[in-house]
Amino acid sequence: MSGPGTTVLHADLDAFYASVEQLLDPALRGRPIAVGGGPRGGVVLAASYEAKAHGVQGGMPGWRAARLCPELVFVRGHFREYQRLGDAVMAVLTDVTPTVERISIDEAFLDVSGATHLFGPPATIGARIRERVRAEVGLPISVGAARTKHLAKIASQVAKPDGLVVVAPGAERAFLDPLPVGLIWGVGPVNQQRLADLGIRTIGELARTPSTAVEHILGHAVGHKLSAMAQDEDPRRVVTTHRARSVGAQSALSRRRPEPDDVRAVLAHLSDRVSRRLRAKGRAGRTVTVAVRLAGMTRVTRSLTLPVSVAATLTLTEIAERLAWSAIEDAAPCEITLLGISVSNLSDQRAIQLELDLEPTDPWRPGSAQGAARSAVDASMDAIRTRFGGDAVGYLPVVLRDGGAVPDEFRELAEHDL
Amino acid sequence: MKFRVERDVLADAVTWTARTLPTRPPAPVLAGVRIEADAQGVINLASFDYETSARSEIPAEVAEPGTVLVSGRLLAEISRALPNKPVDVALEGNKVIVTCGASRFTLLTMPVDEYPALPGLPEVSGTVSGDAFTHAVAQVTVAASRDDTLPLLTGVRVEIEGERITLLSTDRYRLALRELTWTPATPGFSAVALVRARTLNDVAKSLGSGGLVNVGLSTGQGLDLVGFEAGGRQTTSQLVEGDYPAVRRLFPDSTPIHAVVATAPLIEAAKRVSLVAERNTPIRLSFSDGQVVLDAGHGDDAQASEALEAVLVGEDIAVAFNPQFLLDGLGALGTDFVRLSFTHPNKPVEFTGQGSLDGEDDSAYRYLLVPIRFTG
Repeated sequence: MSGPGTTVLHADLDAFYASVEQLLDPALRGRPIAVGGGPRGGVVLAASYEAKAHGVQGGMPGWRAARLCPELVFVRGHFREYQRLGDAVMAVLTDVTPTVERISIDEAFLDVSGATHLFGPPATIGARIRERVRAEVGLPISVGAARTKHLAKIASQVAKPDGLVVVAPGAERAFLDPLPVGLIWGVGPVNQQRLADLGIRTIGELARTPSTAVEHILGHAVGHKLSAMAQDEDPRRVVTTHRARSVGAQSALSRRRPEPDDVRAVLAHLSDRVSRRLRAKGRAGRTVTVAVRLAGMTRVTRSLTLPVSVAATLTLTEIAERLAWSAIEDAAPCEITLLGISVSNLSDQRAIQLELDLEPTDPWRPGSAQGAARSAVDASMDAIRTRFGGDAVGYLPVVLRDGGAVPDEFRELAEHDL
Repeated sequence: MKFRVERDVLADAVTWTARTLPTRPPAPVLAGVRIEADAQGVINLASFDYETSARSEIPAEVAEPGTVLVSGRLLAEISRALPNKPVDVALEGNKVIVTCGASRFTLLTMPVDEYPALPGLPEVSGTVSGDAFTHAVAQVTVAASRDDTLPLLTGVRVEIEGERITLLSTDRYRLALRELTWTPATPGFSAVALVRARTLNDVAKSLGSGGLVNVGLSTGQGLDLVGFEAGGRQTTSQLVEGDYPAVRRLFPDSTPIHAVVATAPLIEAAKRVSLVAERNTPIRLSFSDGQVVLDAGHGDDAQASEALEAVLVGEDIAVAFNPQFLLDGLGALGTDFVRLSFTHPNKPVEFTGQGSLDGEDDSAYRYLLVPIRFTG
């Protein structure tokens, strides 16, 4: 691609949750800390760089983190602060250019091609962003600059912690080749292992492997994408009006036999979260997909496409329950370790075509009398929650359920749907 | 079998008979049109797809009586393309030879004995004027559902009570009701049937041009059928099974608010304003003293508005509709003025026609349309 300069920036806050905790409590600065979990249980959600140096990672059981790093300090998360400070950082980015594509609470792409004549070359802009975020918000942020999004993201990972890396045009191959394949967006531990089995450890090695061979191992879509990325082909542009194609949530469960009340409670909880996010954006979806992970790591999904789009909590719960049991019964007898719901085929639902009251009434149709009543209840609950907080009101099986290991607020942030 | 027939007569009859032939027939013989020539000089054409049957009779010079089965679609295309000269049709061996002027076609035949027996035309229950019937059917089928996943709502409910026929249909967003009179074969005849809207439309178009249409209903004797007959053409159709939901009760008993607007200007304005209404987005009608304002689009999207004269009785009211559903109803009225009767902005609105601004409305046709409600 013969293109312009390194005008795509990827800005990524360093160890975001842990950095916020260290900002809020000066006593924690310079010390290894873990957000979430404890020395005897729970899950570490995030770790500071000091803790990472000891091998502590997000997603690790607390007891294991404590064993790796005996002086580790466990702190509870301040989820509202994460949202507030994340937003404050984004405001700094938007000062530089309006072309900001936020992809999660703590990272965003910027296209600075229109800002270079104001603020200087991308390297200067990157440095300025880092200074301002440090001075005005108090957090460390790493910035990568390159010609493509994919490369900018890799550059910011290489820049961490608290650094700036600019990949000059023409120097891309030399930059990419020695880097591990795990830095490519979308290559997780499983794919990394599969590639390592073939002797592919660096991006250079991946780039030299024929794409058909990579597709053979990783499947067509993933393989093709990875090969293209390794070849530094990435036509994606920075888009500010990013619209989600699906909204989902999932919940890992301790291994258990599926029981109706339990499954319903989990699904109701997930439906509540998914449908609230849909409604907050004035969206609704026609396809509902439920994922069930069985003991032994097999994942089964079932989906249903409806004649009309839905966004009501109770409706989504009922559909998800039917789908989940269809999957569970096919695998019976079984134990389950995860339930997930996702809604796709999304469209705007700012207005609902009401329906005549025909028998038999279908409560899943949002325009039917019962469907409209469900929307009305949801609208009231949404309003109360906006005003008095997420716990102020809820549907019964959800309210009575104990909070899981991971607080909901964290899930909302982590399911980066902004 | 051997006969000679006028080209136009043949083309019309074959085209009509073959019109309902399925593109993918359940059995190969069902793609055929059966041609029977009798010694009295009558040709009988027939088609059937297990659901709908069609038969037409035409006069011909029959040299040899007989029966053949040939591809309906092909025969229709050929007969329409022939020059305007007498057409000779003859069976030679197992092929049918069609000759017209210098043109000659050879058609394969299909085994006649494998062709299913057509249902007989039910006994005539009454007679209706073709023009009135055609108009009434068009007014009602506009509200029928086209979604085959719910067959019940793709039908038109026909209620017959003595000299009155009531046609009803709904796709759950609107409900159309039309009353018309007919002449029953026996006084006090009473029946209820559910006929496919598609069938009714087709019959109205092909049989309704002037004259009278005979209607026969046979229900409760195994196969429930409706039959129509006019001008030498007959068609039967299986009735839709199932209990149609009770819909008459959905018309409001009383409407504290109503407005009257000239129909044609309202249609024109609604078409203009709905240009900015994307799919599934509503057009809003706000009625106040002396006028109605139409508007569509909001926020950052394109917007449009237009004001028209209107007579309003009762409080100011604003309702939002799917633009197409609104235009369907207004177009079906066929009167100079339309009366919209309201109870509440989120409750169904009744559309009736009237001849003058200050006249009374005519309740022979009623179109009930459910509004769109804005969320959040």
